[in-house]
Amino acid sequence: MTVVSVNKDVEALSFSIVSEFDADVKRVWQVWEDPRQLERWWGPPTWPATFETHEFTVGGKAAYYMTGPDGTKARGWWKFTAINSPDHLEFDDGFADEQGEPVDDLGITHATVKLEPLENRTRMTITSTFDSEEQMQKMVEMGMDEGMREAVGQIDAMLANA
Amino acid sequence: MVVDQLRRSLSDDETDRLFQALADATRRDIVARVTEGEYSVSGLAALYTMSFAAVQKHVAVLERASLVTKEKRGREQIVQGNYEGLQKARHLLDQLEMIWRQRADRIADILAEDDERDLP
Repeated sequence: MTVVSVNKDVEALSFSIVSEFDADVKRVWQVWEDPRQLERWWGPPTWPATFETHEFTVGGKAAYYMTGPDGTKARGWWKFTAINSPDHLEFDDGFADEQGEPVDDLGITHATVKLEPLENRTRMTITSTFDSEEQMQKMVEMGMDEGMREAVGQIDAMLANA
Repeated sequence: MVVDQLRRSLSDDETDRLFQALADATRRDIVARVTEGEYSVSGLAALYTMSFAAVQKHVAVLERASLVTKEKRGREQIVQGNYEGLQKARHLLDQLEMIWRQRADRIADILAEDDERDLP
């Protein structure tokens, strides 16, 4: 099992997930540090991510877009607020308009990534704190696979009719 | 699509009210308590070092954000968690969990490629 635990705090609008990987800390760090590896996992297969900018230094920015099945592009930006290689990373994550300019009114997600060595493995803990529910909606919309969206939609419809 | 449904179901005003309601620690505590079981306003007031009127105001803010409901029962005002209001936030977090589970799986796939490369 990759994911070992998930903690969701509805009142505080925060979310954390703990995963374990069969690789050492330095290797797992690379999937964040190297934009070519990062874009292979950030977006779902039907909404792949492309990182146009990835300044991996404190205060540095990242700019990315995700391309949907119909060619629609959803844009976002990061600002790296803490980088302690190879086990601690923090960044602000926000939405951007078509020109790549930040859209401030949707708020900013604060994300913290921590990597810990286990025996021959690495534990990764990610914590995200949201400013508002609307922002969570948008985040979910951008991160979700088309197939999963349909499945969730069907479950919702079933529950609504029950 | 579920996300569109959610967006339609929650107007900007509602989102603002929800956000403001949850921005206060006492109100978050009240929500957490009344989700577990019902409380009277005076029962809640006994838990905090603030006046009955102040607690009543917090409850009113939560009520406007559809996070709690209040009903009169005899001389008491009973506060309960509003299941539907809370469900919207819970629902979004559930979806976020799925997104991150898939991301973790994709990271594991990338790392697994290293092992394949190491094989003779």
